[in-house]
Amino acid sequence: MSHAVLTDKRPSTLRGARLPKWSPWAIAAGSIAVAVGIGLAAGLDSRVQWGLIAAIVFVLGTYVIAARVEGGRQAKDRVATSLVWVAFLLAVIPLVSLVWTTISRGMKVLDPYFLTHSMGLVADAEPGGGIYHAILGSLEQVGLATVIAAPIGVLTAIYLVEYGRGRLAKAVTFFVDVMTGIPSIVAGLFILSLMLIFEMQPFGFAGSLALAILMMPVVVRSTEEMLKLVPNELREASLALGVPKWRTILKVVLPTSIGGITTGIMLAIARIAGETAPVLLLVWGNSLINANPFEGAQASLPLYIYQQYANSAGAGAAYDRAWAASLTLIAFVMILNLVARGIARWKAPKTGR
Amino acid sequence: MAKRIDVSGLTAYYGSHKAIEDISMTVEPRSVTAFIGPSGCGKSTFLRTLNRMHEVTPGGRVEGKVLLDDEDLYGAGIDPVSVRREVGMVFQRPNPFPTMSIFDNVAAGLRLNGKYKKSELNDIVEKSLKGANLWNEVKDRLNKPGSGLSGGQQQRLCIARAIAVEPDVLLMDEPCSALDPISTLAIEDLIGELKERFTIVIVTHNMQQAARVSDRTAFFNLAAVGQPGRLIEIDDTERIFSNPSVQATEDYISGRFG
Repeated sequence: MSHAVLTDKRPSTLRGARLPKWSPWAIAAGSIAVAVGIGLAAGLDSRVQWGLIAAIVFVLGTYVIAARVEGGRQAKDRVATSLVWVAFLLAVIPLVSLVWTTISRGMKVLDPYFLTHSMGLVADAEPGGGIYHAILGSLEQVGLATVIAAPIGVLTAIYLVEYGRGRLAKAVTFFVDVMTGIPSIVAGLFILSLMLIFEMQPFGFAGSLALAILMMPVVVRSTEEMLKLVPNELREASLALGVPKWRTILKVVLPTSIGGITTGIMLAIARIAGETAPVLLLVWGNSLINANPFEGAQASLPLYIYQQYANSAGAGAAYDRAWAASLTLIAFVMILNLVARGIARWKAPKTGR
Repeated sequence: MAKRIDVSGLTAYYGSHKAIEDISMTVEPRSVTAFIGPSGCGKSTFLRTLNRMHEVTPGGRVEGKVLLDDEDLYGAGIDPVSVRREVGMVFQRPNPFPTMSIFDNVAAGLRLNGKYKKSELNDIVEKSLKGANLWNEVKDRLNKPGSGLSGGQQQRLCIARAIAVEPDVLLMDEPCSALDPISTLAIEDLIGELKERFTIVIVTHNMQQAARVSDRTAFFNLAAVGQPGRLIEIDDTERIFSNPSVQATEDYISGRFG
């Protein structure tokens, strides 16, 4: 009996009933309408609640409708798809809103003047001034940190992958893992204690040292992974040609993985460019231009943002500057990422004929 | 050019595991010697002991003697890097350097060793590619990446790379196992030409190939799984394939193995 009904519905065993292509959009629109209805009726004022209700209605509605029309397996498939979409939207909404808020608020005072002048003697509550000193400080501190951390990190990774056997390698791996977990303020305090022992005043390079401590384990980890991806056959091919091991590493292993290593270093730079805590402890901040990272307090972008926010007692001009500086910082990190991707693509092993 | 290899009492380990035991044989210069035997019997391990590539594997270690024209490769003060310059190797899977062009791949051995004259390099690359029967196929695209070639071409590129450094001996570890019959034929023809200049040792799972290309054939076997591999016999290829002196060899060759 039921068999007969099934064959009536589906004349071909390969072609079942399908929902039309536009059905997910229709279900989405329907669930939003339902959510708005429920929200208005129940007097919920939070739009977040509306959105969550819409998401749940969407997933449930998809399942019920698909189960009725298409059958159980396809319904599960559609539920999985809709869950993925909901998760995607949940992840994208904060990102888009963050970028949008930063751009809309940051564009107010962001102009060439802002980028090329320091705060000078402009009081925190007054409009005017700029972030040139902070950009300069950030570039110098992050640059010096990279100069210290990138070579040490890459060389450590080469040791671990190419040479490291036994206890020393295990110990190094362990300490790299521990270093990955160091909170940035602790790295700052470590350098601060040294600074106090030697009775030094805050200066940019002290911040660089703390940033280098934070950057090193990230570089080691990413470089290690990239070196492990280089096929052993290439090393053996080179060794079998009578090439010494160090030249094999230098001329075959590193060029093969240089794209990935650069990407890793760029991402590590992006990570430390936003660090505030150690800079706050060690570099102090400065509203004047100080181009010498080895003497005297300097500014940096994240520190500038924090100080504009914290010291201005709610003055609108300071908030605008903080947003503009945030936008500059995000743009800086994004440009670094783009550069990293460009290098990775340019240096990737070529496959063309 | 083309040196003789004399192996006596060679045993190789991976850590505490004994992979091959007490192998002795002589490989004549300007000849092709084929190693046959079931998987895991230590043919490749033995081949890698002949240019000290075995010790590149973590835990790899060797006892015994390998004489290359009366000089012990495992003697005191011998530099493995120099050994590998005299005993070249071609691997099972083609492995051209992905970051280098065809030209750079062939020149790699010379360039990375730092011993070459710029003016000679072009000639050496052309000669090596011609030696590997690849010149006509790639002469118009020497600056294209080596990884863009077909599998058979890549393997011949690797052979060109190996012979560019002018080794005395060429070791080949199943060089045709990843290739189609036509590329295999090309490489077998090439082996026939190369034996005029080099001592060649080839590991193969293909017994017809051993019969076609080699002058002498060595049969390896292992008593049981986990036991070290041993050399059962080595003799002229014709004899091995028609009238071997050990029953196990005949069983393996005629497919009655196991």
